[in-house]
Amino acid sequence: MTSSQLAMARLNTGERALALLGGEATDANLRRYLHGIPGIDAVGLEQRAADLGSRSVKTSSKKWALDKIISLIDLTTLEGADTPGKVRSLVGKALTPDPGDPACPRVAAVCVYGDLVPIAVEALGSAHAAGTDTGVNVAAVATAFPSGRASLAVKLADVGDAVAGGADEIDMVIDRGAFLSGRFGQVYDEIVAVKEACKRADGSFAHLKVILETGELNTYDNVRRASWLAILAGGDFIKTSTGKMVPAATLPVTLSMLEVVRDWKRLTGARVGVKPAGGIRTSKDAIKYVVTVAETVGEEWLTPSLFRFGASSLLNDVLMQRQKMTTGHYSGPDYVTID
Amino acid sequence: MTRLAVPKTYKLYIGGKFPRSESGRVYEIRSHGGGFLANAAQASRKDARDAVVAARSALGGWAGATAYNRGQVLYRIAELLEGRRVQFIDEIVQTEGVTPNAASAQVDEAIDRWVWYAGWADKYVQVAGNANPVSGPYFNISVPEPTGVVAIIAPQSGGSLLGLVSAVAPALVAGNTVVVVANETMPLSAVSLGEVLATSDVPGGVVNILTGSPAEMAPWLASHADVNAIDLVGAGDLDWVNLQIDAAETLTRVLQPENGPDAASPSLARIVAFTETKTIWHTKGLI
Repeated sequence: MTSSQLAMARLNTGERALALLGGEATDANLRRYLHGIPGIDAVGLEQRAADLGSRSVKTSSKKWALDKIISLIDLTTLEGADTPGKVRSLVGKALTPDPGDPACPRVAAVCVYGDLVPIAVEALGSAHAAGTDTGVNVAAVATAFPSGRASLAVKLADVGDAVAGGADEIDMVIDRGAFLSGRFGQVYDEIVAVKEACKRADGSFAHLKVILETGELNTYDNVRRASWLAILAGGDFIKTSTGKMVPAATLPVTLSMLEVVRDWKRLTGARVGVKPAGGIRTSKDAIKYVVTVAETVGEEWLTPSLFRFGASSLLNDVLMQRQKMTTGHYSGPDYVTID
Repeated sequence: MTRLAVPKTYKLYIGGKFPRSESGRVYEIRSHGGGFLANAAQASRKDARDAVVAARSALGGWAGATAYNRGQVLYRIAELLEGRRVQFIDEIVQTEGVTPNAASAQVDEAIDRWVWYAGWADKYVQVAGNANPVSGPYFNISVPEPTGVVAIIAPQSGGSLLGLVSAVAPALVAGNTVVVVANETMPLSAVSLGEVLATSDVPGGVVNILTGSPAEMAPWLASHADVNAIDLVGAGDLDWVNLQIDAAETLTRVLQPENGPDAASPSLARIVAFTETKTIWHTKGLI
């Protein structure tokens, strides 16, 4: 670590933001800081992403990548029609993705709506990681997901509920309306408040993932600013999308977020996670993301505490690819579970 | 005035689109006399895999269409074939080296066969299905249902159009979707049939046509877990015993190779071969 990084590392989140912004996190200070970030060369970014997506990953590297992808998945069900039964079967799948192959790794977490968290925790039983490295975590979407259109009190109650239910990770949405109309201070304060609401009775914190919903932010510059804002406010993860609107995660957007995370580490020495979510359905796509992570922030980021895929149908495709590599012939949807 | 020749490079027909081979390979189609005719895409195992995905996603719509509707759609193909007679005859003359009269007769027979199979679409269930006798106050009914995705190795000898039609049409009747590997040395009829299908009412993905080496693709199709049946009619020159063994690994229904001019001759059996019988019971009225 450099001396300036050491100085940063000694500060807590609030003090660090204060030091970087040169004052309180007001609209004016945040705007000056966020608009002072260099703009993105959109053509260059897309070209870089396309280039990273063209790598050929075969045989043993592919096998490694597939297992890695499974261990990085937040297996998700976020439907209005979710039932306790569906969550239990999702948990079953998270624990044993491929019943035909005990060597198949478990996914990182299951991601459900807040009211279903206790069901997921109960279904996981002793396999519940509860923030540790072994087992499966429970993530909950909160803060009036997916629109985020509710009063702060309602959002905080939503978060508190999920944390009390046993959620290890909270996926919050930012107020895109406030962000787009330049009320950065409001967005910042909300993230800080939600982070505080993630505090458990024993003083520990649930992991906070901040959903930027990049599909609604319109430009790469906005994505970069929102990423900085979320990290300044203390988000543990920045997540691309809710998965409820198109476009969801794209490779260029994820690349630009990874660059912010890389710059943040250079600046402060701290590591922030990234979670692309929505629209990643095939192993081929997922491998592109793995390559992008390794090339942008380094292989050390390919761990569940720093990188996740938010996905539901991706797992089946990865399993079919995995079966193809083991058996030598193409597999089919009859050999994975319907979900 | 002389014109520059326009040599064609044909593509595959997968999911209603005309993609190049994923491998980027092409091979030359030679006329019967050995002259260059055109380039055809040489499909790889990944193209075969993509074709199976396309066929699987098209299955619900095609199998779910009413039998009457399927019959009409198939009949419409025969109409379009009729409209392209001249092109098919020309291609057959060039690739097979037969007389125009023989080529014309082949096209006639192919069209007639297509019409014949189209007619079966809303009739085969009546023949292949059954109301079973039971000793109780209920009905017991057996009905044939489509098997699913059918891979076909088209006949590699004999008439190139007639062989292809004889193999593809019966599989479509019941509502299966098809991945067919065309005649390797004479793929022009298959390419043109793809163009006919693309402008017909057949939904994209119901028929997928691969040109290239059957020896290369057949093992992947036979062992593919998402292929429900494989018609080895044109696989007589391949190691088809091992193809059967591979197919058995994932419970794939198999039709054996047929050789000679009568290969895949029209029969109800070819339709029923790609069906599964579902037997259900139903209560009678309580009178």
